[in-house]
Amino acid sequence: MDSGQLFNLVTLGYFIAMVLFIAYLATRSDKIALVARLVSAVGVAAQTLAIGMRWYESYQMPGGVGHAPLSNLYESVVFFAWSIVLLYLLIDLKYRQPSIGAFVIPFAFLGMTWAQLTLNSAIEPLVPALQSNWLTYHVISCFLGYAAFAVACGVSIMYLIKIGKEDKADGPIGGILGIFPSVRTLDEINYNAIMIGFPLLTIGIVTGAAWANYAWGTYWSWDPKETWSLIVWFVYAAFLHARFTRGWVGRRAAWLSIIGFAATIFCYLGVNLVLSGLHSYGG
Amino acid sequence: MNAKKTSAPDRIWDFFCSLKLTIFNLLILSITSIIGTVIQQDKAPEEYIQEYGRANYELFQKLQFTDMYHSWWFVTLLGLFSVNLICCSIKNFPRVWKFVVEPMLVAGDGTFKNSANKAEFTTKESAKTLTPRLTKTLSSIFTKPTLTEADGKQNLFAQKGIYSRFGAYMTHLSILVIMLGAIIGTVWGYKAYVNIVEGTEITQVWPRSGNQPIDLGFSVRCDKFEVEYYQGTQRPKEFRSLLTVTENGKVMIDKQKIIVNRPLSYKGITFYQSSYGPTGTGSFEIEVTVNKTGEKLTVSPTKGQKVALPNGFYFSVDDFTPSYESFGPAAKLHVDSPEGTHRTPFVILQNHPQFDARRGGDFSFALKGFKQPQYTGLQVAKDPGVWTVWFGCFLMIFGSMSAFFFSHRRIWIRISEENGKTIVQMAASAHRNQPAFADKFAEFKTQIAATIENKA
Repeated sequence: MDSGQLFNLVTLGYFIAMVLFIAYLATRSDKIALVARLVSAVGVAAQTLAIGMRWYESYQMPGGVGHAPLSNLYESVVFFAWSIVLLYLLIDLKYRQPSIGAFVIPFAFLGMTWAQLTLNSAIEPLVPALQSNWLTYHVISCFLGYAAFAVACGVSIMYLIKIGKEDKADGPIGGILGIFPSVRTLDEINYNAIMIGFPLLTIGIVTGAAWANYAWGTYWSWDPKETWSLIVWFVYAAFLHARFTRGWVGRRAAWLSIIGFAATIFCYLGVNLVLSGLHSYGG
Repeated sequence: MNAKKTSAPDRIWDFFCSLKLTIFNLLILSITSIIGTVIQQDKAPEEYIQEYGRANYELFQKLQFTDMYHSWWFVTLLGLFSVNLICCSIKNFPRVWKFVVEPMLVAGDGTFKNSANKAEFTTKESAKTLTPRLTKTLSSIFTKPTLTEADGKQNLFAQKGIYSRFGAYMTHLSILVIMLGAIIGTVWGYKAYVNIVEGTEITQVWPRSGNQPIDLGFSVRCDKFEVEYYQGTQRPKEFRSLLTVTENGKVMIDKQKIIVNRPLSYKGITFYQSSYGPTGTGSFEIEVTVNKTGEKLTVSPTKGQKVALPNGFYFSVDDFTPSYESFGPAAKLHVDSPEGTHRTPFVILQNHPQFDARRGGDFSFALKGFKQPQYTGLQVAKDPGVWTVWFGCFLMIFGSMSAFFFSHRRIWIRISEENGKTIVQMAASAHRNQPAFADKFAEFKTQIAATIENKA
């Protein structure tokens, strides 16, 4: 089996996990939640193996093509999906709230589906600008940060759904919303996820700047990618300060988290697909 | 809240200290920054006019949208952001500094009563023997406490992670440090470029903005330039220049290789491998054999140049391709007879030097090589502020991590004797991540209880 086939199985695994998490919302069965978690964990383990295999395969190719699988759009989407599931499982370990899986695992499944179905998965040689150790540090820190923001976004959507219903209802709410974590917990997870993501994004921007300075002689050139990463940074900085500001906690903070993730996705994909600039490696 | 404060300076101060201003600034900076990512920056006027029309271009000019990150209004927003940052820090720093200079060594009754993490034990053992043992336990499970005697009671105080209270300030300071570094770089540095033709040297570089060349004060020669391709493709794997730096006739750096991601620095000026291209006309190296005599001669003509051969013949190279079908580099030649007849052109292959001998005729030709002079394109940067920026980045990473991932944790223990009994009161607090600390506190409680029970 090659890494491509294994990635297909991983995609299937995330699909099953997603369906199971949604089934958990409907049935509230702890057994289903357990299986959903297990499938996610097996999926992320298999994906780790597949990423390793792709790395190895690149070194088996002729002509010194070998490199870490973090260099183009396909590889970055795969790594993004991996980071999301990994981060979700870590947060689940702490909070034990399987309903969140139904709002986070779909991001990973969508990413993998998009990568497997439409993106070019050929292992390609690196252009000279990408031949740098900074590539690895830069990409890993950025995507772990993005994954934390994905979790925060999923939780914020849950927060807005739940608080909207809570405001209307008088007593405790039942149904699917009944197994959502409390709004307080959702708010806390949102904040904690962004606390993890923000320093990682900071490291991502700094390593990117250091690399740009090493390759092009300028650490900041206001190129669209750089600017958008700064926009994302500003939005989450606003989120972090909103916590201490009256009138900005709760709903507005949840919206900031969702806007932050939308900006993240635009920074990651929109800039390459819509805008033009130096950073046009598709990743 | 500040109903009493109504004087204008106070209100201005409060305005600049307010977190609402911070959030407003951050969001306005995010929204306005988008403009410069949609409208390409620093292009020629014609390009804007072609894309957006003259009227829009004039509007862009007025609003400085074509170089918006250096426009007065964007710089003003950044300035406002910095002022807000400084004011907030000045306002809140003294309160945090107090934790360092005046640690709460003795906790009051309120702390022991109202803390989220608290415990109380009673024992018959005297405070005199119990206090050292509790000190020892606290040292091993948390950190060494300070002992203070007050009102006849023994007070133990231990704290960890006080630096995390400064994380936010460090992050704020780091932004100012980075801005300072950027200003230093803008005022005392420059960004430029230069193309050096292989084998030649330059003493000046061209700034990216402005038309006056900058004198380097030394010269840089490109001894050699090479491109290496990925096997069987036209994708460059590496391009490299060998550079020699000479100052006052003395070689300072001899034939150093630079590639993308590995620049050369001399006297604070750094040269980055950035591009390359052909320049001037290339020359061929061709070996000619006179078939009758077996005599050989080597010539180096350029394309189209007429080269004299023995017995009044001439030849010239008409064309060249680096890959002719699957045969590799090939040249098309023709021979002119002494009478001036243009004979049928033919092809010779660099990888098959014996090929042309089979054609017959007066001469046979072998292509030994084609040399196309190249220039190497270098980005040149002088940035004395770059280390300030890196220092700021380090502060920012370190500051944000210590602000988010660590917390200031404090434990107080009060040992007092009353009616022949010894009462041990315990309280603890963490300024962040309370749930995790509550778990930790439960452990501490067990350990302290064990220490009290297991009398020496």
